[in-house]
Amino acid sequence: MDPNLFHQIHSRRRFLDRCAAGLGTIALSQLMAAEGRGPAAPRSHFPAKARNVIFLFMDGGPSHLDLYDPKPAMKKYEGQALPESMTKNLRLAFIKPTAKVVASPRSFAPGGQSGTPLSDCMPHLATRVDDICLIRSMFTDQFNHHPSQLMLNCGSPLAGRPSMGAWVNYGLGSESQSLPGFVVMRSGSNAPGAGTGNWTSGFLPSSFQGVPLRGAGDPVLYLSNPHGVNGEMQKATLDALRDVNQMNQAETGDLEIASRVASYELAFRMQQSAPELMDISKEPAHILELYGVDAGRKNPYARHCLLARRLVERGVRFVQLMHGNWDHHTNLDSRMKTMCEQTDRPVAALLTDLKRRGLLDSTLVVWGGEFGRTPMVQDDSPDKSDGVGRDHHPMAFSLWMAGGGIKGGQVVGSTDDFGLQVTADRIHVHDLQATILHCLGINHEALTYRHTGRDFRLTDVAGKAVAKLLA
Amino acid sequence: MKALFRRWLPPLFLAAGGGPALAAAPVDFKTQIEPLFKERCHGCHGGSTQLGGLRLDNRESALAGGYSGVVIKPGNAAASKLIALIDVAAKEKAMPMTGPRLTAAQVQLVRDWIDQGANWPVSTGVAPPAKVKTKHWAFAVPSRAPLPRVRDPQWARNEIDFFVLSKLEAEGIRPSPEASRQSLIRRVSLDLTGLPPAPEEVDAFVNDVRSNAYEHLVDRLLRSRHYGEKWARQWLDLARYADSDGFEKDNIRPDAWKWRDWVIRALNDDMPFDRFTLEQMAGDLLPNATIAQKTATGFHRNTLTNREGGVNVEEYRVEQVIDRAGTVGTVWLGLTVGCARCHDHKYDPISQREFYQLTAFFNSADEANLEAPLPNELAAYLQRQPDCEARRRALLAEYKVAELQPEWERKTLLAASQPGVDALYDSTWEVLGLYVDGGQEHLRIPASRRTVKWNAKITDYFIGNYSRVVNKETLEKLKFKELGEKLRQLKAACPDLSEVQTLAERAEPRRSHVLIRGDFRQPGIEVQRAGLSVLNPMPDEPRPSRLTLAKWLVSRDNPLTARVTVNRAWQELFGRGLVTTSEDFGVRAEPPSHPALLDWLAVEFTERGWSLKKLHRLIVTSATYRQSSNTRPDLTARDPGNALLARQQRLRLSAEAVRDVTLSAAGLLNLEIGGPSARPPIPAGVLDVATGSGSKWKESTGAERYRRGLYTLFLRAAPHPQMANFDAPDSMAACSRRERSTTPLQALNLLNDSTFFEAAQILATRVLRSEARTVEERLRFAFRVCVAREPRPGEVERLARFYRQQVEILERDPALAESIFPARDLDGITPMEAAPWVGVGRLLLNLDEFITRG
Repeated sequence: MDPNLFHQIHSRRRFLDRCAAGLGTIALSQLMAAEGRGPAAPRSHFPAKARNVIFLFMDGGPSHLDLYDPKPAMKKYEGQALPESMTKNLRLAFIKPTAKVVASPRSFAPGGQSGTPLSDCMPHLATRVDDICLIRSMFTDQFNHHPSQLMLNCGSPLAGRPSMGAWVNYGLGSESQSLPGFVVMRSGSNAPGAGTGNWTSGFLPSSFQGVPLRGAGDPVLYLSNPHGVNGEMQKATLDALRDVNQMNQAETGDLEIASRVASYELAFRMQQSAPELMDISKEPAHILELYGVDAGRKNPYARHCLLARRLVERGVRFVQLMHGNWDHHTNLDSRMKTMCEQTDRPVAALLTDLKRRGLLDSTLVVWGGEFGRTPMVQDDSPDKSDGVGRDHHPMAFSLWMAGGGIKGGQVVGSTDDFGLQVTADRIHVHDLQATILHCLGINHEALTYRHTGRDFRLTDVAGKAVAKLLA
Repeated sequence: MKALFRRWLPPLFLAAGGGPALAAAPVDFKTQIEPLFKERCHGCHGGSTQLGGLRLDNRESALAGGYSGVVIKPGNAAASKLIALIDVAAKEKAMPMTGPRLTAAQVQLVRDWIDQGANWPVSTGVAPPAKVKTKHWAFAVPSRAPLPRVRDPQWARNEIDFFVLSKLEAEGIRPSPEASRQSLIRRVSLDLTGLPPAPEEVDAFVNDVRSNAYEHLVDRLLRSRHYGEKWARQWLDLARYADSDGFEKDNIRPDAWKWRDWVIRALNDDMPFDRFTLEQMAGDLLPNATIAQKTATGFHRNTLTNREGGVNVEEYRVEQVIDRAGTVGTVWLGLTVGCARCHDHKYDPISQREFYQLTAFFNSADEANLEAPLPNELAAYLQRQPDCEARRRALLAEYKVAELQPEWERKTLLAASQPGVDALYDSTWEVLGLYVDGGQEHLRIPASRRTVKWNAKITDYFIGNYSRVVNKETLEKLKFKELGEKLRQLKAACPDLSEVQTLAERAEPRRSHVLIRGDFRQPGIEVQRAGLSVLNPMPDEPRPSRLTLAKWLVSRDNPLTARVTVNRAWQELFGRGLVTTSEDFGVRAEPPSHPALLDWLAVEFTERGWSLKKLHRLIVTSATYRQSSNTRPDLTARDPGNALLARQQRLRLSAEAVRDVTLSAAGLLNLEIGGPSARPPIPAGVLDVATGSGSKWKESTGAERYRRGLYTLFLRAAPHPQMANFDAPDSMAACSRRERSTTPLQALNLLNDSTFFEAAQILATRVLRSEARTVEERLRFAFRVCVAREPRPGEVERLARFYRQQVEILERDPALAESIFPARDLDGITPMEAAPWVGVGRLLLNLDEFITRG
């Protein structure tokens, strides 16, 4: 058979299959074949451990020194500047290399069987340390929020590249019959530095973009029928629309019309399933209690974590929870406590809940921000009543992974006495991304998309899946 | 390691014969150094590859060094970078990158050789080859091929058709019949103006008996002022136009639209493309440049600007320069020159050095905002200005600004020269650089010598940012917050003259360097302005400028610009280019489907004076363009992508056109051309992700709500969801071709967005106010308004059934009608009468055919 025809029939059939099975990839292969961008990525390259990802993105750069990487020796150097030899290559956003060391006011106690020590800000997560693989040796290339968030989420500091969720859905498609394959929720006090760039489809078709689930109004933009259009009318509209569209398909022979018809059927299903998804009133009281979902909705993050589990249960491939603001240039002590009060319990609950339901084995949970923070103090508020903070620090930070494909109950990597430089098991953001894709059964070097003359990938031209992290 | 050592033993033995304690024995290049270079270095630094620009297979290149500079300093090994690179003891990561490290003895040998003068007999080594030669088709100047012979010349309407038909005949395929007139007028109207034809225009064309009725139609559309709007969109995509800075702050660019309007006007005036190029690249350098010509350079002001706290201003200036050079590559040359930012291009013959030679054209072009008052603006400004200035002076005096500002300026400048002493003033200085373009430079000028405008800018910054250095208590005593508010109010009453965003050349040019690994902190060798050696030679001028660059791009012997430009026109009119990778004509590009046609069009384009209108006319009047777009069962297997052009192509409309056809069907579309960008309704919450000044979306009122999609304010941090849903590019980088996806979010958008539902409501009134009376007449009318053709009997029947269903449902629950059409007694139209037509309208506005150009 002519390879073109084969490809087209194959992709058309696969497309129709996927329409029935998912929202992600309508007409992609056909589009790509028609436009000379090469075939779609293979579905998977080796057996996958994880089917879904929940990325708990902590916007602003949480301080590793106050959460995950205890540095008792810093107390000794409190108030002193670091020797020039240690600071000469640092790129700092706000402070100067001569800024003084400030020790963390937090205390750390070993938890679980693994004995992984966590900050006293996170008592709930401390009960789940045997599930998590704590990485203390992350580093990145960027020290400003926008480029660094893009680096973490899209693999490049330059805007316009697809985000991780978009890549994953491009590679694997969605398994949900009625929800988008990539869902984003935001909470906290801040707009993320890189805005919608954090969940963009970049140069991939817009079908792969992250779909924000909204806190108020329609859970998905434009989900509700206009005022006065009831379910019966909507059904009648979509039936007639399908019929008239199909008449035109018979006339023109254009298979794209079938895609259009399918997209309306999926939209209709989304209208049914999104409200059902959002309705957590049927969750038992002990589950609401576990996450700390409060009736007053004072802490949306608790609800988001619960929804993340519900999304994964419904086959949504990639869930991204954005939480801010962890950019603690001032008042680090008190603001860190607030951040942890909002996130610690829900995050621990999510791990507990996923595990009880047997979903943790197939769900990869990642917690992290775009960089860490300096051991040196930032103290540039003219008001002495404000507490001090720390500046951005890309050379070393902490992040954890748990669930599908990951070896929990371990700490990987280490930093020097100041958490300034990684001293063992350096893991670049690209390595992290390669590892995430690996857990999903994808070889990060083979998941490519031809754009402007080049085969692009999430990990740019670098990255290596890190064996130590894997189960 | 051992084997290697043994292999090198004889020369080493000879060289080190005297023992290390004595002066080194003379090193012989031919027998001791050259074999080592050949074995271990030439793989990456030889005739075929020169990583880092370094070549070690001939004397001249080796002594010239690489991108990071000279590596061999004869007579001084200690100062020679080559030694640092290969010396294992000195460096963790030493060269060579592959294979075993050099032994200490080998390093010593090279060291001695350099110390002894790096003697390299000229006769030894391979001579550097002449200029890069490549056989890639796109690097050869196009020439006009004779028209191919065809068996059925009657089919051809112009030259294009001979090329297309000859290929079809060779394949034994007949072209498709011509599309119906109804289909043709909708197609060509959307393609040339982005607007659908009105029913009367359809009738007039269908009933036009002149043999050249179609050509008359085309000429009318080419004269339409909406032509410039439609074709501006493609250019705006390429220029990554947006109304905001991008990055975290994403502040509004209130004057960006003036460049957009320049583009519309230039296209409407059919400004020749070579001129169009010249003015956008270097309008400011033209003799006696007009404001319009300077405005044209706004093309290069569409780069992103990072104002996030803590960023390095120089780093992002360099990013902009790199982006400008890369964008020129994509837009004019169809080459991915930006790939050579960090290393020589992997596929195309473009070296990293050449990339930075291109950036050098932009490295000394500073961003400059010029006062360019709009008509009527200046007189009012001059009239109110004395009073405004007096009021401002009074306010500043009242709050004793002059008592504090000089000290603050002194301390800020001190922080600039001695960073790290006072953190509060450090941040004052840095933020000045980020928030006030040119602010740091102007603060260095004593206040007495600053312009009035700059003094005002710096004083405003002082008042707004004094809080960085004094505590809240002091600030409250000074009441600067109150003062700031009063100054803002005064400014609102006394707006500055509006500006245009342009480029201006610095008096003292900056030096340009290769940036090692693309990093602005690692400048390598200095470079001079020059073009790409694989293309035509650049005009020989003593001091090449952006003007020279522009002339080089539109030179008759430039092999790419014309090809790339005609190909993009073709892509817009057929859905795919003759070269499908319209952004990349390099060696990795898809070969053209019709190479002779591409070249013929390129030559025709330049010879007809670079006229885009003539080019567009030529294409849309071809028989090839006029074919039906229906798919053909006989071709689905043979030509699924329609590369052979045996038919036209159905294409989903662009995001902007989806909006335009919808508002147009309702009769709501505001056809005004140009002006500041509009803020149509945007769903609540969408702008929560944006922090900049643009996030305050003050919804437009009245007719401004119904401007064409082209004019919707584009915020990079949070584009309007309707734009993003329908594949509008994100304006981060040049976009040469848009995706066309089909998603459920699009369905929800069209079904439920208030703008689209409003259009259905208004369409209902349009139907009820028309001359159509019966349900069937009204259906036919509405159908024609939307898709410009008569409905087929099956369609009428199905729509009538749908209408009756709606009526039935509404009769059971009349309250619904009042929700769907809340107007009471609107000129005799009742909710019960209108609501079913709203339903019909909503259906029609969601038809695949409605948002598709057939």
